[in-house]
Amino acid sequence: MTATILDQIRGIASDLFGIPMDRITADSSPETIETWDSTQHLNFVLALEETFALQLSPEEMEQMRTVGETARVIENRAHAGSH
Amino acid sequence: MTPTIRTPDLRHEVDRLIAAGSADLACLSLAELWRNEAGAGLAPFLISRFEQLCGKVPMVPMRTAILRSFTVEPVVPLLRAEAFVRGMNLAVKLGDFNAFALEILDSESDLYKFDPKTVILAVRTAEVAPDLWNQYADLPADAIPVIIRRVSDSFNQWIRVFRERSPAALIVHSMEQPARPSAGVLDSQLESGQRAAIRQINHELRNIASQHRDVYILDYDALMGLHGRLRWHDQRKWLIARMPIAADHLIYLAREWMRFLVPLSGRTAKVLVADLDNTLWGGIIGEDGMTGIKLSPEYPGASYQDLQRAMLDLARRGILLAICSKNNPDDAMEVLKNHPGMLLRPKDFATIRINWTDKAQNLREIAAELNLGIDSLAFIDDNPFEREQVRKVLPEVIVVDLPQDSVGYAAALRDSPVFERLAVSTEDRQRTSMYADQRERAQAEQTFQSKEDFFRYLQQEAEVARVSPATLARVAQLTQKTNQFNLTTHRYTEQQIAEMADRPDWQVLSISVRDRFGDHGLVGVAITHDRGDACEIDTFLLSCRVIGRSVETALLSHLAQVAATRGSRQLLGRFVPTKKNAPAREFYAQHGFEKKADDHQGSVWTLSLPESTLSIPDWIRLNTNEGDHH
Repeated sequence: MTATILDQIRGIASDLFGIPMDRITADSSPETIETWDSTQHLNFVLALEETFALQLSPEEMEQMRTVGETARVIENRAHAGSH
Repeated sequence: MTPTIRTPDLRHEVDRLIAAGSADLACLSLAELWRNEAGAGLAPFLISRFEQLCGKVPMVPMRTAILRSFTVEPVVPLLRAEAFVRGMNLAVKLGDFNAFALEILDSESDLYKFDPKTVILAVRTAEVAPDLWNQYADLPADAIPVIIRRVSDSFNQWIRVFRERSPAALIVHSMEQPARPSAGVLDSQLESGQRAAIRQINHELRNIASQHRDVYILDYDALMGLHGRLRWHDQRKWLIARMPIAADHLIYLAREWMRFLVPLSGRTAKVLVADLDNTLWGGIIGEDGMTGIKLSPEYPGASYQDLQRAMLDLARRGILLAICSKNNPDDAMEVLKNHPGMLLRPKDFATIRINWTDKAQNLREIAAELNLGIDSLAFIDDNPFEREQVRKVLPEVIVVDLPQDSVGYAAALRDSPVFERLAVSTEDRQRTSMYADQRERAQAEQTFQSKEDFFRYLQQEAEVARVSPATLARVAQLTQKTNQFNLTTHRYTEQQIAEMADRPDWQVLSISVRDRFGDHGLVGVAITHDRGDACEIDTFLLSCRVIGRSVETALLSHLAQVAATRGSRQLLGRFVPTKKNAPAREFYAQHGFEKKADDHQGSVWTLSLPESTLSIPDWIRLNTNEGDHH
């Protein structure tokens, strides 16, 4: 399950930030990906909400500083049941 | 909602096709990808690939500016992706956040510098009428009409000024209603309730729009209502990003915008070609028979009636309907003519193809028969295999997907932007019946011994009239559009026609025709010019709807009579050959004219009026109405 969610998020990030999926790791962040700016961060949040059919809270958005952390936030939601 | 599943295989396929230079197939794969997983995640991929394909596949460019009072940035990639899939390359300019009024009023603003073809004014009640939205409870009753006036005056000013400064089409969001009105259920009991006030503003807005050319209202409240106000709105996103719309609903705003941009770009369908079995009715007529197919007001037949109702609605907008079905013609026609559950009848279709030939070939023939480009056709079929075939063989045809469950057929049709129209004329409404009348006429013709018998049976009645303000646009349009039966193919604008009509030595006449099958409307134009003792025919044309029914003889005879009455001794005609006007080549020879000369433009013909035996055929009743200019 973990691998699937992380991979799905890597796929979304790949489409959104325009870089190949194999160059996106759990450690990728706005610091390592140049195209990950504030506008794209909003798009990233929206794509996640759309893909996983949930709504993220401002607190959760703050925790999403890397791709790996984002995966953990989504996983927690999945374990907690639907939104 | 089920989580979307990414399909990396199709992404690789797209990149492989682009690398191999197969632009058309790459577009098809991109469109399939978008159908599978349209959304914020996919949009950037789709846009970057379509951008690589621009120049390799035909794309209609369009410049669109979005003026807004809220965050719409995330909608832009969705809009551009939707547009690309429909063959449009949108350049989008976003106005500054909540700066729309200034941008409209300042003639030097970036809005006008951008030179958009279309502009969307996406504003909300909360920003345009904050008092009505947030402080309704504090407002005395007599303040409400003042607010309504203030808001409609503002819209009036913005729209008027915009119209003065830009020729672009303007799409204005109407005002949304609050999900929970300030006064609760009491709101609906009050004369000046919050919702009533917003309804009033929207009513005023519609009036303002109707006073200006190319200003259209997007019913934002209805759009929210369609998707559910509570699901549409995302309060958290509003508070943290000034983005009031939930992530999974942004696509619906993009699609609503497309319902305007598609007709404004001309990328619309003019004909809807429908399959029969399991599309217009449930079951297969060849196997289930008249009593076995499902077509009635009850489930499951009701779904098919719903689809037929949606098709009738399209016909009223001027979209032609046609049938393309692999079937035994006798079986299928029996349903079309006599099944009590059918809402559509043979007369509702411009053409009917029931045979065993493949659909692509039939679609090509339908386009040729109706004299339209293949890209004017839209196609519906319940069978995904047939749809895929048509997509592959004729990528220009707009294939509208139907869902698995027939309950969703009508909605699929109504949701497609290619059938949207922003204005409908009387001619549009009657278009299918004109084609159907034509077909019935053609059938009647086959059963008569001689052409004259048929003409008598038709009971044609024609009216010749001087061009008037009411007919000016149609007359100019005919000179611009008529290619086949057109002796000189002079193209004129409304302005030029009006100037000719004002000169005493020129006559601009139109002819309207009706017969026992229906009204053809204004179908012909003749323009003559007196020169000494001769009357020269500058323009003589007839719409192909009425060619070959001796209307042309009647009109020419009329010109001869009138010229003789005015003292002309001869009628002078010219034939200027073009690639398309062969049907008119023998016209003057057939009517007793003598060829005088051939020159670089064509041939010159004369008819001596005192010796002419030209007369109006006895099977046409010709009325004249040439006295007055209206």
